[in-house]
Amino acid sequence: MLKQCEGSHAVAEAVALCRPEVICAYPISPQTHIVEGLGEMVKDETLADCEFINVESEFAAMSVAIGSSATGARTYTATASQGLLFMAEAVFNASGLGLPIVMTVANRAIGAPINIWNDHSDSLSMRDCGWLQLFAETNQEALDLHIQAFKLAEEISLPVMVCMDGFILTHAYERVDMPMQAQVDAFLPAYEPRQVLDPAEPVSIGAMVGPEAFMEVRYLAHARQVQALERIPQLAAEFKEIFGRDSGGLIRPYRCEDADTIVIAMGSVLGTLKDTVDEMREAGHKIGVLGIISFRPFPLVAVAAALKDCKRFVVLEKSLAVGIGGIVATNVRMAVTSMGLKGYTVIAGLGGRAITMKSLTAMLDKAGRDELDLVTFLDLDWKAVNKQIEREKTHRKTGPVAEALLRDAGIVGARNY
Amino acid sequence: MFQVRIHGRGGQGVVTATEMLSIAAFDEGRHAQAFPSFGSERTGAPVVAFCRIDDKEIRLREPIMAPDALIIQDPTLLHQVDCFAGLKPDGYILINTNKSFEELGLADLIKHHHAERLCTVAATDLSLKHVGRPLPNVPLLGGFAAISGLIRLESVIKAIEEKFSGKIAAGNIAAATEAYNIVKAEMEAVHA
Repeated sequence: MLKQCEGSHAVAEAVALCRPEVICAYPISPQTHIVEGLGEMVKDETLADCEFINVESEFAAMSVAIGSSATGARTYTATASQGLLFMAEAVFNASGLGLPIVMTVANRAIGAPINIWNDHSDSLSMRDCGWLQLFAETNQEALDLHIQAFKLAEEISLPVMVCMDGFILTHAYERVDMPMQAQVDAFLPAYEPRQVLDPAEPVSIGAMVGPEAFMEVRYLAHARQVQALERIPQLAAEFKEIFGRDSGGLIRPYRCEDADTIVIAMGSVLGTLKDTVDEMREAGHKIGVLGIISFRPFPLVAVAAALKDCKRFVVLEKSLAVGIGGIVATNVRMAVTSMGLKGYTVIAGLGGRAITMKSLTAMLDKAGRDELDLVTFLDLDWKAVNKQIEREKTHRKTGPVAEALLRDAGIVGARNY
Repeated sequence: MFQVRIHGRGGQGVVTATEMLSIAAFDEGRHAQAFPSFGSERTGAPVVAFCRIDDKEIRLREPIMAPDALIIQDPTLLHQVDCFAGLKPDGYILINTNKSFEELGLADLIKHHHAERLCTVAATDLSLKHVGRPLPNVPLLGGFAAISGLIRLESVIKAIEEKFSGKIAAGNIAAATEAYNIVKAEMEAVHA
């Protein structure tokens, strides 16, 4: 059924259709509306046979999720930013133990400086934690990916993060096609766990493993993610059969046939990029877009195949590996090893900086002429940066950086008392 | 694509207004995208929210920098924020005030705009009268339906009924309808 609603509410409804049995969460912007929505549904019993557990922190949220998932309950939680960092130790444990928890990450920047706006620093900081990470382009895809995520997680016994851009998607009202319960039931079978904590048949989960078997357990986790590379496109096809639309998969090329330049990105910025590429195509540029939906496992082979006929690629990412440049770009470069392609990294949209068609067009035009720097910070205010660098050269006691830049920008309340 | 930017203050229902506008457009079978200029909103602080309406899927996610229409929920913002930034030359302006554009000191600005696309309506007064609270957002949507012709008053009423219920819904419907009629009459006066 088509409806116009907030992204968070669309996701809450989709999660409810997946019949979760335990939801535990701690509020943090911009994720909060999702679990609030689910909390209301549990309370008014539209979501039956589900326990909603209020916990005291994100660390507790993931710890409770581990416990409930280990008893065989379908388990869901959501978080963002500092919340994800605070639960980090338990996040690694959930995947290490092979527990198929599904978690929404409403992507948000990480402090300091504290910032509540969108970028991908939070989930990408957890890139090696053993969870799968799927990135949604629209609210429709966010909703659909949750339904696919439960099935994928439970089949391969690994947890899945569904990543959606905080505010840009979570707080946007747009059209979504909400599935029927019968469709979700047809797609998503009941959870049949490989391991269950059951007093009737006692086992222990979480043994200490020494050098004799630790590497093998880790390898098996890697092998399961590699196995997911095959399963993800199959699930997208099965999903299409029941729900009638394309959602998910590993990658999504757009106008890449005959493209000399392919710009690669994840999440909601793909929409703006598609509009940009349409305009540039009209002006005669041979350019396409490649969306990466599955960041973990990373689709090395599929990305290489999508890039095999282009001359250059640009990775536009909302994340920064301080000291090297891009995170997604490093992964893409791994995929195209020895293909002889020119590759550019563009860091954009950090901390909610708007990514505009105007800036993208200018940047991609430069890339097409191979005049782009290898690492570019889109729309960086060089004047502000250079002023601070100059200050630090001439003075020792320059004080805190964030406050200095806010003062230069004339932000009220940043006065030096 | 038609792009609307709403300026107001925290607590005036700016974000809710764009959401309701998107629901009204959706009810007419169109694609619509509403989103706030995200921030840690505080009561009384300047707030901006956006709504795009189109006949095809809306993929663009940048803030609206060149709006086709502006709704200004609080005229005191005119001295604080560049509300008119990027407005298209043939754009619509609807301001919540009981003053005229000239009295607001906007005589120079409106010289270059189509007179029939500029309107004021005392939406806070209408809200106080019908709802009992100073919330200008919903009556302004009624006024916007009249000035732009982009959405029907019936769709605004449907959106009100989706967001509110009981007395609040009834009061807002009355306020939106009266604002619609006031703006219609103002426009007819311009044309006459």
